[in-house]
Amino acid sequence: MFQTLVGSVDLSVLALEPPGWGLALLKGLRNSIIIAMGAYTSGLLIGMFGACGKLYGGRVVSDLLECYTTLVRAIPELVLILLLYYAGTDGLNRILASFGRPPMDINGLAAGIAVLGIVLGAYLTEIIRGAIKAVPIGEIEAGRAFGMGPLQLFLRIIFPAMLPHALPGLGNYWLSATRDTALLAVVGFTELTLSTRAAAAGTRHYMTFYLVAGLIYLLVSIISSVGIKLLEVRYRRGMARPV
Amino acid sequence: MTEFSTTPEILVLKNSRPSWLMPHRIILALIFLLLVGVAAVYLRWDWIPQYRDQLLAGIGRTVALLVTTSAVGLIFAIALGLAQVTGPRSLGLLARGFCGIIRGTPLLLQLWLLYYGVGSLLAQYPEIRSSTLWPLLRQAWPYGFLALTMSFAAYEGEVMRGAFAGVPRGELEAAKAYGMGRWKVFRRIWLPRAFHRALPTLAGDFVAQMKSTPLVATITVVDVYGVISKVRQATYLTYEPLFLLAVVYAVLTGIIVAGFKFLEGRVPVKT
Repeated sequence: MFQTLVGSVDLSVLALEPPGWGLALLKGLRNSIIIAMGAYTSGLLIGMFGACGKLYGGRVVSDLLECYTTLVRAIPELVLILLLYYAGTDGLNRILASFGRPPMDINGLAAGIAVLGIVLGAYLTEIIRGAIKAVPIGEIEAGRAFGMGPLQLFLRIIFPAMLPHALPGLGNYWLSATRDTALLAVVGFTELTLSTRAAAAGTRHYMTFYLVAGLIYLLVSIISSVGIKLLEVRYRRGMARPV
Repeated sequence: MTEFSTTPEILVLKNSRPSWLMPHRIILALIFLLLVGVAAVYLRWDWIPQYRDQLLAGIGRTVALLVTTSAVGLIFAIALGLAQVTGPRSLGLLARGFCGIIRGTPLLLQLWLLYYGVGSLLAQYPEIRSSTLWPLLRQAWPYGFLALTMSFAAYEGEVMRGAFAGVPRGELEAAKAYGMGRWKVFRRIWLPRAFHRALPTLAGDFVAQMKSTPLVATITVVDVYGVISKVRQATYLTYEPLFLLAVVYAVLTGIIVAGFKFLEGRVPVKT
């Protein structure tokens, strides 16, 4: 059993030149990383504004944001991706049509980034909201007493003070963002998982390709974890160690 | 972000009316009802009666998959957590490695690895093909079940490790002082206390597990997501089936959250 398991792993199919599928996998990896980074950045922006809206916005704004975070977190990512993917492209084309423009083919990369960003934004809103609430109110009041405006207060006091509280959660969601890129395989976007599937089906070396792809994802997550640790150490300096 | 004023909580306290009676909430609720009404009137729902039985069967399959995988996964998670907290070093490292590998790779990839990779390997063996297990291994759901179970075990193994480690030593020592054996201490003190601590995290992860179940539709298991995909292909409708699917999952989430809230309420707390 074990012998065939090892025997079924044939590394020559991973060559970078055309008969091998190495380049296809690397392209898939590049797409996955671009999507993860793009989605995470847009998610962070949404999360930052969402958290501020929830905490400091009016009643209507915070209620609407509550609906957004609750709904997005209650429905599977896969379903949201399908809904936003079709609704987004369809809606955009209808707007274009109403201006008398021909429908455009929406870039899969951009759509993937937007969809995952909206999903991540809901989770990051909650993380950042919790972190801002953990900032001692006196620090914020002191900033206000010095005459800081809302933007200055956010950039100079709230943001740096909430960062150590938010980093563990933010790190977890970066890891889950890299994993969630795989979901775009279901809507037919060739990121790492789908290119792996194509390679496996093309060569019938299923085990080799899925194991290699698993290793690549694992490497990404290990490297990310080390980076997150370093960031946490840097931004927790001067704080008491957690018990 | 315009004004840093009193927090909403304080506003609610000042307002003696129940929170849902605040004017803006009534307006939001009316807008929501209007949207539902528009969706009910202008979108096509005539396919529902035709697919009703399949949809119900699909929901049943999703719930069954969710409950069984998390129950079995939780048992493994307790073992994984214990191995890391009190087990011998080698076993602890093994458990940590398992959790790390599963948590570091996408579930979709694990699912496809098991179904396409392991499945195709198994098919090469005449001994396996002729065995009594083959009719089972030929189907898709055992692979989905295995992948979902391993995933839940790995995530909760990490949670249980923290929960076991977080039970105050004094409680365990007190139990020992009363002459309880190791198994009794575990059964009566350590496990229930760890479980209480883990409950809020478990609730969130149970919802996450539910949200992972539709992935099994990609390996031809017909859960509620699979049924909806079939409906979409048969009727050429883009939105309506997906809306219904979203509502089904949102309702399931609501039930899970309410259930765990009930469980959390039953945890005895000193007042």
